[in-house]
Amino acid sequence: MIEISTEQLLSKSWQYRRNILKYIKHAGAGHTGGSLSCVDILNVLYNRILNVSPGSFNDPNRDRYIQSKGHSVEALFVVLADQGFFDESQLETLCRYQSHFVGHPTRHVPGVEQNTGALGHGLPICVGIAIAGKMDKADFRVFTLLGDGELAEGSNWEAAMCAAHHGLDNLTAIIDYNTLQITGRTRDVCDNSPIDKKFAAFGWTVRCVDGHSFDELTTALSDSPVKGRPTVVIANTVKGKGVSFMEDVVKWHHGVPSDAEYAQALEEIDSHIQAQGILL
Amino acid sequence: MSAPAPGMFSQDALALLEQLRLNKGKANLEAFAETVLSLARENRNIVVVTSDSRGSGKLVPFASELPQQIVEVGIAEQNLVGVAAGLASAGKIPFAVSPACFLTARSLEQIKNDVCYSDNPVKVIGISAGVSYGALGTTHHSLHDLAVLRAINNIDVVVPADNFESVQAIQAAAAQSRPIYVRFGKAAMYDLPRTTDDFVVGKARVIREGTDVAFIATGETVIHALLAAEQLKSNGVSARVVSMHSVKPLDVDVVLQSARDCQAIVTVEEHLTAGGLGDACASAILEAGVSVGFKQVGIPDEYTVTGSQSDIFRHYGISMEGLSHQAGNLLANRNLSMTGN
Repeated sequence: MIEISTEQLLSKSWQYRRNILKYIKHAGAGHTGGSLSCVDILNVLYNRILNVSPGSFNDPNRDRYIQSKGHSVEALFVVLADQGFFDESQLETLCRYQSHFVGHPTRHVPGVEQNTGALGHGLPICVGIAIAGKMDKADFRVFTLLGDGELAEGSNWEAAMCAAHHGLDNLTAIIDYNTLQITGRTRDVCDNSPIDKKFAAFGWTVRCVDGHSFDELTTALSDSPVKGRPTVVIANTVKGKGVSFMEDVVKWHHGVPSDAEYAQALEEIDSHIQAQGILL
Repeated sequence: MSAPAPGMFSQDALALLEQLRLNKGKANLEAFAETVLSLARENRNIVVVTSDSRGSGKLVPFASELPQQIVEVGIAEQNLVGVAAGLASAGKIPFAVSPACFLTARSLEQIKNDVCYSDNPVKVIGISAGVSYGALGTTHHSLHDLAVLRAINNIDVVVPADNFESVQAIQAAAAQSRPIYVRFGKAAMYDLPRTTDDFVVGKARVIREGTDVAFIATGETVIHALLAAEQLKSNGVSARVVSMHSVKPLDVDVVLQSARDCQAIVTVEEHLTAGGLGDACASAILEAGVSVGFKQVGIPDEYTVTGSQSDIFRHYGISMEGLSHQAGNLLANRNLSMTGN
């Protein structure tokens, strides 16, 4: 595990949220709510868990992270910039003509493993990478992030079955369980609960955590997997987390704040920063 | 009791095959399976991914000999292609093998995104393609695969005609870093005349020269085009036969040369006439401004007739007689006088 204090993670967390809003506002487009719900997960992954960096990105033994819920790309781009994969100023081209920074991850962006965006694709790809790791007796780990609404895609369950069958204990799926999707509550759109029991029945180890708790995420993602079983971390999150008027409100799935809303959001974020004495 | 089903070739066509001394080989599918096993013995990074399809894909010997190089995912074609993409991204050389009908429909989005868009060099292998499954019905036919894959960027589309082309296509697929789709039928195929040209993806094989009409055919239809060309010879018609094994990239040079050298072009494919080889040739010819008689032979846009592969071929004129007839009509329309009947 990489040494970084919880205070440092908290500092990064607010800076990431600031940047997510900044670049979504600049682009005039983006998936605001989901980026804010998953950014703490990415924070812990990239700053504490993943054995990957700009210098090791071509190393066959690097850890892999594939963001299956590709629409929350702004969170990924902001974290990758912070990791030094590219200069953050490039995010000013987000969604612009001929920019590689489009509204879903692409491999043209340094640090992105696979092109995603269509839901239900990340887990099968990760199963393939994890099988390759087993074949080569490599010790890298494979992580993917899915939305709870995304679990309606049947391909996830094909892959879940396959991962358990092949004993892929080098594979961890993280569910950004924010309970909302574009139409409304996931349970009202097409209820997929109980997710924990479903994954358990498919032969996975299930870990449930507060998806905004750095310590709980760190424990769940760094604890040794049960031998021969893939792990799912169900991260209970709040869509729009960190901005009061966006939290748990469905319209912020891909809402872009107005000037007034943007100013208010920054004020809130900055007040958190000041209250906690975080230096940016 | 109905009469026994007629075979793929008429008595006249069988006599001509005898006269041409063409050797009857094995199914292209078997040539594929033997080739991939041979390659995998030498390269441990070659893996086969199956969706309960090892039997259909003639891969049981592969599984017995190289069990560490076969990945079984069960009847789950979407996962099959996603897993293959992941394997490719991690340095493996995966052949994703499944019936073409399911592979190019149910998992089309995985081919589009996980293979082509992410540029993972998966070898997508459609088995028992076209109407190989014949009487099993339309669920098991792939008459759309060439069209849909032509419309996706970053993938080659190859349809071998005989065992030679099958072996060569698989060797090329294993070696290339660009995604590729290769489809195979399961009927035993005659060995076509060899040309001096090497097999190259994107380069057609002209297996018979001719100057009046050119058959541009692909896959298991090529043998019928060759027989038609021989039959036309007795009528004084000089017919060229092109095995256009690469539907994408299309060998535009050979298409245009044929259009310029001949009065008429007949395209032949085991596919809907919409969106496949015929359309590809037509657009190339039209863009070049070449005037030539033109006919697309394939499966029309209708409820596909029931029956075996042979029945379906014969019904839609993918036969020596049917193709000769089409060529004759085209040439007659171009005011060419034909000798003989």
